[in-house]
Amino acid sequence: MSQAVAVYKSEDAVKPERSIFAARRLLPIPTILFMVVVTQIPLLLTLRYSLERWNLLRPDRRTFLGFDNYPDVLTDPNFVTIILNTLVITVSVVVFTLIFGIALALLLNRDFPGKGIVRTMLITPFLIMPTVSAVLWKNVLFNPAFGLLASLAVMLGLPRSDMLQDHAMIAVIIVIVWQWTPFMMLILLAGLQSLDHDQIEAAQIDGAGPLVLFRYIVLPHLQRYIELAVLMETLFILSVFGVIFVLTSGGPGIQTTNLSYGIYQEAFQRWDIGEASAMGVYAIILANIVLLVFVRVLRRGQQEGIAT
Amino acid sequence: MKTNRWTGFGLTAFTYLVAFVLFFPILWMILTSFKTEADAFAYPPQLLFDPTLANWEIALFDTNFLDHLINTLIITGLSTAAALALGIPASYALAYYQTRRSDFTLMWLISTRMLPPVGVIVPLFVIFRDLGLRDTHLGMIIIYTAMNLPLVVWMMRSFFLDVPYEILEASRIDGTSLWQEFRFIVIPLVLPGLFATALLCMIFAWNEFFFAFNMTVTDAAPVSVYISSFKTAEGLFWAKMSAGATAAVLPIVIAGWIAQRQLVQGLTMGAVK
Repeated sequence: MSQAVAVYKSEDAVKPERSIFAARRLLPIPTILFMVVVTQIPLLLTLRYSLERWNLLRPDRRTFLGFDNYPDVLTDPNFVTIILNTLVITVSVVVFTLIFGIALALLLNRDFPGKGIVRTMLITPFLIMPTVSAVLWKNVLFNPAFGLLASLAVMLGLPRSDMLQDHAMIAVIIVIVWQWTPFMMLILLAGLQSLDHDQIEAAQIDGAGPLVLFRYIVLPHLQRYIELAVLMETLFILSVFGVIFVLTSGGPGIQTTNLSYGIYQEAFQRWDIGEASAMGVYAIILANIVLLVFVRVLRRGQQEGIAT
Repeated sequence: MKTNRWTGFGLTAFTYLVAFVLFFPILWMILTSFKTEADAFAYPPQLLFDPTLANWEIALFDTNFLDHLINTLIITGLSTAAALALGIPASYALAYYQTRRSDFTLMWLISTRMLPPVGVIVPLFVIFRDLGLRDTHLGMIIIYTAMNLPLVVWMMRSFFLDVPYEILEASRIDGTSLWQEFRFIVIPLVLPGLFATALLCMIFAWNEFFFAFNMTVTDAAPVSVYISSFKTAEGLFWAKMSAGATAAVLPIVIAGWIAQRQLVQGLTMGAVK
């Protein structure tokens, strides 16, 4: 706020009429204050709690601990598994949704009858609340006795398998990929639609085949859109919770426990506020690495005006 | 791109097939909601059956579904209204009256949206518990307002920037007040964008689970939390579960279909149009 006031004064001196504009520059203040109170203060408190020994089941024994929670968390073999799970889920989801997203965007970037309906059908998995998606897949598709996938396996003469027991991680990834493919598709489709058609026709006249076109014209053009979509999706998938909670509860064992689910268990099942906060700080660090790249891409897009 | 006619037909048919396969789980959920429980888990799976509305009646009226739906409506509606009320003036200033801080403010706002919820959940839980905000509508409205504010600011800013500067300049020379300029000149021009922004806020608030699950128990629990209790349905209540699940997603899916043109812009905070 002090900065905004400083601007007010300096420009006020240049032109008296500017004071009206300067007052208008204070309009974001309520938003900024609200966001500081609801997001930044809790963020600082997470840091503070991470330095404490504090279990909500024994609130009387709350003591200041220093940095001990951090190595304690890191040396826990479960935590290493949880971090690896988080990375496996995030990387596989991003890679598969990117491949399917590009394929679907290319398919939709043509004129054909019923395009609107097809597009509407394809975006629907993204609009459905994650808990409904997970309940639906868990009961109707993955159920080993009555599920559609089990029925399909029987019809094809394959052995039934209990996906959520035997291949829990694959099941989790399938559901999240199903949900997030439309996200990639929509952004990449917007990218394809902003492609310069003259350029493509010129290349076609020069005898470029579809693969050459894709590699040397379409893909470079899509690069910015891919970066944006991949980074945003990464940030969201790092925090996936609902699908895992409903589908596997992080199991069997901790096979599908990611950082979000692990922190939830630490905080609200073991009530260990100190360690949960330290894990939260690790989650923030992980996300910030991605976020820094994201902000750079976004800022470059704004300056060059290509993506806007 | 020009393609051979037969390749074209083939690609179109393939597109239909892919769309059908990806949509099939949702279609199956809708079909199952009209089956009897016996038909719902019959083998082989039944595509043709005598439809019944019995499960819809039970799922909607013999359970707590409607209480949770009302919670969702209250939380979604009021948090969207609050995010717009706070965010529109902010985005207006960030679009038209930029300072050296504007860029930082925008990037900071987006970073609050993209940071992991687990980074703030523990202190929010403690604060809400101490203030008596746990399991209240107000508590959830505060969280969802914060969740959607960056989206509102970024999206509305991108719509405001689309308004031709000449129009604003002309009105300022005529001496219109800020309120007049806003209400009678800018708002009518960005109205479609405003609707799209509101719809997107509603989609995010409606579908959110992590905060809802940890911050509510029963009184303020929205539909997303209620549905998660079906995680152990085990084949016995599939038809009722499907009816409840379909009802839970229907309003927001329709909202998403309506706003699909602006969906990309909203998902990327206005960076892609």
